Amino acid sequence: MMQLTKKIYSYKFLLPAGIIYFTFFLLPTVISLFFSLTRWTLTDWEFIGLENYEMFFTESSLNIGFRNTLIYAVVTSGLKVIFGLLLGVFLCTEIKTKGFLRSMVFFPNLLSTIAVGVVFSSMMHPSRGIINMGLKLLGVKGPDWLGNTNIALFSVALTDVWKGVGVATVIYIAGIMSIPRQYYEALSIDGGDSWDRFWNVTLPLCRPAMNSVIILSFIGGLRTFDLVWAMTKGGPGFATDLIASIIYKQYQAGFYGLSTAGNVILFLGVSILAFPLYKYLSRSEVDL
Amino acid sequence: MNRKVLRIIALVICAMMVLVAFSGCNKSEENKQADSSETTQSDSNTSGSEDKAETKSEAYDETVTLTFLIDNQAQLDGINAVADVIKEKYNIATEIELRPSGSEGDNLVKTRLATGDMSDLCFYNSGSLFQALNPEQNFVDLTNEPFMDNVIDSFKTCVSVNGKVYGIPGEATMSGAWLYNKKVYEELGLSVPKTWQELLDNCEKIKAAGKTAVIGSYKDDWTSQLILLADYYNVQAEVPTFADDYTANKAKFADTPAALRGFEKLQEIYKKGYMNEDFLATTYDIALKMLAEGTGVHYPMLTFAFPVLQANYPDKASDIGLFAQPGDSADKNGLTVWMPAGIYLNKNGSNVEAALKWASVFASVEGTNAYAAKQKPNGPFAIKGATLPDDVLPAVKDMLPYFENGNNSPALEFLSPVKGPNLPQICVMAGSGAKTPLECAQEYDKDVEKQAKQLGLAGW
Repeated sequence: MMQLTKKIYSYKFLLPAGIIYFTFFLLPTVISLFFSLTRWTLTDWEFIGLENYEMFFTESSLNIGFRNTLIYAVVTSGLKVIFGLLLGVFLCTEIKTKGFLRSMVFFPNLLSTIAVGVVFSSMMHPSRGIINMGLKLLGVKGPDWLGNTNIALFSVALTDVWKGVGVATVIYIAGIMSIPRQYYEALSIDGGDSWDRFWNVTLPLCRPAMNSVIILSFIGGLRTFDLVWAMTKGGPGFATDLIASIIYKQYQAGFYGLSTAGNVILFLGVSILAFPLYKYLSRSEVDL
Repeated sequence: MNRKVLRIIALVICAMMVLVAFSGCNKSEENKQADSSETTQSDSNTSGSEDKAETKSEAYDETVTLTFLIDNQAQLDGINAVADVIKEKYNIATEIELRPSGSEGDNLVKTRLATGDMSDLCFYNSGSLFQALNPEQNFVDLTNEPFMDNVIDSFKTCVSVNGKVYGIPGEATMSGAWLYNKKVYEELGLSVPKTWQELLDNCEKIKAAGKTAVIGSYKDDWTSQLILLADYYNVQAEVPTFADDYTANKAKFADTPAALRGFEKLQEIYKKGYMNEDFLATTYDIALKMLAEGTGVHYPMLTFAFPVLQANYPDKASDIGLFAQPGDSADKNGLTVWMPAGIYLNKNGSNVEAALKWASVFASVEGTNAYAAKQKPNGPFAIKGATLPDDVLPAVKDMLPYFENGNNSPALEFLSPVKGPNLPQICVMAGSGAKTPLECAQEYDKDVEKQAKQLGLAGW
């Protein structure tokens, strides 16, 4: 027994990495839990119990972020799953410009999010924006994409989908390419048409890819900040404020305790939503 | 490579990692000490002022360079002119660092103060925003400096904490008022309104003439606050104790009708359709263009827009006039004044002595004369004995009667440290009809509570 557990290297070798992990990851996490219970000015703090959390859940300018973030995450990840799948299937067929089209789909993802936000917000200008000018030519009066409080959040979400669908597509392509040809051959011997190919082979067998897309885009949606900030800064009013942008604004205002509480809530929220989702999705995967 | 060499390399790398980790810790500890130890700081200050006594009124042999953090919306011509005078007099050069304005800038200033990375001189708002910077720990106490006698008292109250003064005026005073295009007023035969109702009547006529009566530029959401903030003269005319009661948590916007009126006025302009259709997508710059070209006739704004107007539309800037936001009665008509931003001296900087000399020139009539020669002020200076040049814009002259009659009041943010960070967003909601004025006032009252508690004010 002693022979088996005999160490080759000393544990001391773990020390450098351990210290770094402790100082930069574990310690801040614990400290932030503490400071979320205080009113904190960076140099001075006062313990106030759960008041910050209470404020976050009761004040409408703060808790609107929970609703918006959930809508945003569901809309963006839903659309990315659907469009990514359609594009992925399309780009796996035998078309001549496949390579070119694949890179075209991925291209928006290479742009800086801020640049995308600035460009889209000028394109969505109600009177001088290219989108509404195009609609005007067709005789339709376009809405104020970012000024109308009912649709502003969806305008930002659509921009996010445009930018992020490339990653989803690439994941789908990898998933679809890894499906063995034999399944398709067996299906064609049984007389299945192309719909059967998609519904009975491609879709079930690219579940692992789909799960990755759902998880990645959902978590991405929950913690989105940069695009919203570049396009609307959370406005008009608080119509497009997400948890991350609210936390940022509280930090700007100097409410460090409150914003730390927001970060803790975001951390717990992402964990509570993402882990069960992952568990559920990985259970329904089919083995190849 | 043999084992020994590998071992040595591994050891060196490990040692480096540990060192990096620890040096990070050490630095933050040093900063903490610098921030918290009041006694050592004041010691070094007194020794600094002794040095100053010895070398006073002498130029440095070698050029001393002061760094000066300033926001990128500020006009630098006047400041540069004063800096040249200082260079000549004391051989102190000024190196300007630009930072973003608005809340991004607040963030940057607070971060640089907290990390001990502040420049020697810092240009920042006076009043409520300044109070949030922890002045006692961060800035040099100027209370007993001789040059502070030049500064008007109403400014000093806006840069004081616990009876100690920390800043000199960084520019001339400003006002929050309605800028209007005088040419269009002439064309339509309108006269300057003295009551809110007269203003609405004017707007109706302008709308009928096919022009934008009131320019909204809510894409830059801070501009949405002007109607509310510029109404403060009218609030204090009705309720003289409002600022004190508000600070002490005895009065609220929602339950003080005169204060609530500001939110109501904001929404009234929207409800009557006086604003440009794309007011939610219009920026500050475009709004100024509309005003200068006369497609928009009124723009509630701070007078810091004048230099921008003059620079971008030199031949049209003199068409712009100014009137105070009217109240409900013509006898109580007055201007809401914004105290200038202050310049604060970094207590933990390496050049406190030179910075004091710098400030002594900047806060003097010599300084304002140099300033006014290069940049036309947006209102009277906050320096005693300073005069306005004759060639200022007509709109600046429109402000003078309000100062001569004494019909003016500082804005609320200079009288009370309580200002909620979400006011721009809440004003956008009031001004775009998303919520009723009362709901907005209630929401703002809650927003303010966070700030008051953070500042540790009594009564909250």
